[in-house]
Amino acid sequence: MTSSTNLTSPHGAALAATEDIQGRSLWQDALRRLLANRAALASLVVLVVIALACFILPSFLPWTYEQIDWDRMEANPPSIETGHYLGTDTLGRDLLARVLFGGQVSMTVGILATFVALLIGVSVGAVAGFLGGRVDQLLMRFVDLMYTIPLTFFVIILMVLFGRNFILMFLAIGCIEWLTMARIVRGQTLTLKNKEFIEAARASGGSTLSIIARHIVPNVLGVVIVYVTLTIPQVILIESFLSFLGLGIQEPMTSWGMLISEGAAEMETTPRALLVPALLMTTTLFCFNFLGDGLRDALDPKDR
Amino acid sequence: MSILDIRNLNVRFATQDGEVSAVNDVSLSLERGECLGIVGESGSGKSQTFMAGMGLLAANGRPTGKVLFDGKNLIGADEDTLNAVRGDRMSMIFQDPMTSLTPHMRVGRQLGEVLIRHRGVSEAEARAQSLTMLKRVQIPEAERRLDMYPHELSGGLRQRVMIAMALMCSPELIIADEPTTALDVTVQAQILDILRDVKERLNTAVILITHDLGVIAGLADRVAVMYAGRIVEVGDVRSIFADPRHPYTRGLLACTPRLDEAGAGLMTTISGQPPNLQRLPSGCSFHPRCAHVTDRCKTERPLLEVVGPSRAKACFVDVKAA
Repeated sequence: MTSSTNLTSPHGAALAATEDIQGRSLWQDALRRLLANRAALASLVVLVVIALACFILPSFLPWTYEQIDWDRMEANPPSIETGHYLGTDTLGRDLLARVLFGGQVSMTVGILATFVALLIGVSVGAVAGFLGGRVDQLLMRFVDLMYTIPLTFFVIILMVLFGRNFILMFLAIGCIEWLTMARIVRGQTLTLKNKEFIEAARASGGSTLSIIARHIVPNVLGVVIVYVTLTIPQVILIESFLSFLGLGIQEPMTSWGMLISEGAAEMETTPRALLVPALLMTTTLFCFNFLGDGLRDALDPKDR
Repeated sequence: MSILDIRNLNVRFATQDGEVSAVNDVSLSLERGECLGIVGESGSGKSQTFMAGMGLLAANGRPTGKVLFDGKNLIGADEDTLNAVRGDRMSMIFQDPMTSLTPHMRVGRQLGEVLIRHRGVSEAEARAQSLTMLKRVQIPEAERRLDMYPHELSGGLRQRVMIAMALMCSPELIIADEPTTALDVTVQAQILDILRDVKERLNTAVILITHDLGVIAGLADRVAVMYAGRIVEVGDVRSIFADPRHPYTRGLLACTPRLDEAGAGLMTTISGQPPNLQRLPSGCSFHPRCAHVTDRCKTERPLLEVVGPSRAKACFVDVKAA
């Protein structure tokens, strides 16, 4: 066997010299692959546009979401002169402003609550699965216990204990949603932890914590991301359900879920009150799904 | 002092149908720069002996005895002590290179991680050293491979990456657990060349676990033959191959197909099955399969006895005479 320097042809040397040998991280690489996926890219763009519209546009509108136009107390048709570009609702509030504000609330709740669920679920699942034994038993029985508590009951208890609060809503929903996440991650971890590369990591001196963080979690992310994109719409729906029961967002604040339930009540007279928020919400959920699909592909190095 | 000194090591696994004795009273020692080959059938305890030393036994495995690495006992040592040694002063090469690399991490990062963990070097430094190491294990276009994912490499290249990873911290001992079993024959020879080069240039002690006698002959200085969790014969590689004293070793050597004996006809095999480790036969574990069995073999277990210069065997029968 000759030494490796002899193996490098002049061409190879030139190639190596011109090539950027700086390593790219997993995330940079995933982003690059995500952007190459047209459906995912389009979804991302639509989501960003909707998000920007929801968060920035309301400050440029003539009416705010809670302002009542006393001159137009009935549901009014869209008109440019009055500044109600999508008309008003039955109380004379500007529909566009309300839909955009509702979008702010729904998206914030959806993303933050999912983030809470993600954080708790992944750490509990990975730790339980990897350590196994008593820790696993303890954590998973706790998950089982939490499953048995009805959501509404749990939220009511939280509301009574801590008072009504916007932040509490994220926590309450996140506290329920992490359970399934933990189970999924634990299952994935169980199949991963007996793989040779985990043993190899242990044989090269990796501590338990670093193995979980560097070898287990990145490998379950593909599955987790897909579940996250399913969770966001679910959370948005739970939020609307809680708001409907009077446990979530309160008037005059609103969310897509509330707007849809209000709109459904008057869809025979003013269908736009239902259609506008429903269209925005379904578009958003649709885009989240596409994005999740794209992310799953992008995060799996084998799919290149 | 020996780099590795195993004393009366036993490994038991608690299973649902009772206790399995995977390793029984194994004692071995290894000097710096020496290569010890461990041969045996599947289930002879050859891997478990060293897994116990590395603290990598399955959860139901319980080791007793001592594994002294540079004088420090690793059996029962806590995780921190083990982690300070594993990958740094003692590393392991696994059988299957296809699954032993983390799939989502680029080769360069995986290699560098070992250095960052044990030596605390910067990422740039780790990358530079990873490159040097990939070149040492003769990976062509090493710069390009650094940024590849494991699945983009062939089996032979991955095994070289595994060897490079094992070498990152210049360990004093490398445990190679069937390093060539999953590779095709031409790649096997290259991998063995690399291991020999490492052993000679870096004075690294190597433990070569395999069931392939050809691999042992090519690399090892000494051989230990294991059967049913015990060492049955140990000695210098030349003298064992030239003059095997234990019937099992003789059998193993006879099983190796040879090209120079034209018209040898049928392949020789050792009749019977390896014993059930839950119910080992009385006396010598090999007696039900042994051609030279005596009444004494069935009741009394032979101990490892010195039978010549650096030779020992565990058998009552003098096979030469038989």
